[in-house]
Amino acid sequence: MEKITTAQPVLQVKNLNAWFGQVHAVKNIDLQASPCTVTALIGPSGCGKSTFIRCLNRLHEEVPGARAQGEVFLEGENIYERGVDPVAIRRKIGMVFQKPNPFPGFSIFDNVAAGLKLAGVSKRSLLNETVERSLKHAALWDEVKDKLKAPGTSLSGGQQQRLCIARALAVNPPMLLMDEPTSALDPISTAKIEELVFELKKEVTVVMVTHNMQQAARVSDRSAFFLMGELIEEGETSTVFTNPRDKKTEQYITGRFG
Amino acid sequence: MERHLDLELRDLKEKLLGMGGCVEKAIEEATQALMLREPGRFEKVYELEGSINQSHIEVDDACLRLLARQSPLARDLRWIVAVLKINTDLERMGDQAVNISHNGKRYLSEPSLKPLIDLPRMAQGVRVMVREALDALVNQDVELAQKVLDRDDEIDNLKDQIFRELLTYMISDPKTIERALNLILIARNLERLGDHATNIAEDVIFAATGKDIRHGGGKSP
Repeated sequence: MEKITTAQPVLQVKNLNAWFGQVHAVKNIDLQASPCTVTALIGPSGCGKSTFIRCLNRLHEEVPGARAQGEVFLEGENIYERGVDPVAIRRKIGMVFQKPNPFPGFSIFDNVAAGLKLAGVSKRSLLNETVERSLKHAALWDEVKDKLKAPGTSLSGGQQQRLCIARALAVNPPMLLMDEPTSALDPISTAKIEELVFELKKEVTVVMVTHNMQQAARVSDRSAFFLMGELIEEGETSTVFTNPRDKKTEQYITGRFG
Repeated sequence: MERHLDLELRDLKEKLLGMGGCVEKAIEEATQALMLREPGRFEKVYELEGSINQSHIEVDDACLRLLARQSPLARDLRWIVAVLKINTDLERMGDQAVNISHNGKRYLSEPSLKPLIDLPRMAQGVRVMVREALDALVNQDVELAQKVLDRDDEIDNLKDQIFRELLTYMISDPKTIERALNLILIARNLERLGDHATNIAEDVIFAATGKDIRHGGGKSP
């Protein structure tokens, strides 16, 4: 599938709100992401950034009592439109979590092929081709090409995380969501994932939650600072980290916060 | 809650201010030695330059360690980048004080060419600029830094005036050329000191506000 490159934002969020029961966790967020960019979501624990990112593939509403309201346009289509199947959205928009979560009992190959198989693809050659492309794209192919039948869980933490990225990429998503993808990894695995993000953004728009300021500064094009459910400031990363507009952003990124 | 980084930044600032104090003293000694015809005071300038050079190395080293270990951001990052630049300016100012001493020594080894009038005014103006640039640095005072920038024109005008006047001496009597040239060089050294003070003021404004006002963007209308 060819990716359409256009100046139109891949992601456009309009007035998004999310709740856990009575708790208003995400408040009136407007945000957009252009094609082939990395947006870092930063902010203290509990500021709503993870909740926000989980709204971008309709995962948030899976939590009992949780709900979201607003518009999230993905390549021009509102995923919150009535009649949109959230399962189809989640299948399409992959997410990488803090702890790598390869499907237990699945081989490396089957982990990557899972999304396609669920979508009804059974043609062996297409599966082979997609698995190879995705693993290459996730910079894991060279390390696993001779053991594709080994369980995904037999890989190291960093490799498992890249396997999860390959799994997300296999369905050709327009956007990849990452929720603290390196917080459980050692510095070398972290550096590999960060390098990978640079490569990925040539084709995929990445939205990433990170607690690591330096990581946000290193890998993202734009940064969005969340605080108590609100988007305080969003802008070019180099500006946010050298001369933020808002005093609260300044206090947070310089560690003067709280 | 005070951050560990704040303690280190405070140490850095103190080190830089100590260096600034030496620079001020060096300029004072060099210019007073010339004006009061007390060549013995030039020795003090050489001594001070030694400690300025030592501080130059220490401040750079401290900045490098802070950048490597603390990964500073926003205001902290701007401040450390500004300190790195101010450090270079202060070191060059020490060199200029030494140059004034060299040229002053040569000038004082011969009879006086003329009563010095504009040169002391220029020296006084430069010392005020340096003082204010360092005060602006201590207090992160953008207004005062702006004042330093505005003063630079006065210094440049005085230098031009001194050049013109000394040129007339040289044209009318070639025997005055060497002495006049020494004074011209001193005026030039003072002008450079003013330029360094201007750089410091610009860096203070950058550190405090994030605005880069160099190369003509900072003069008051």
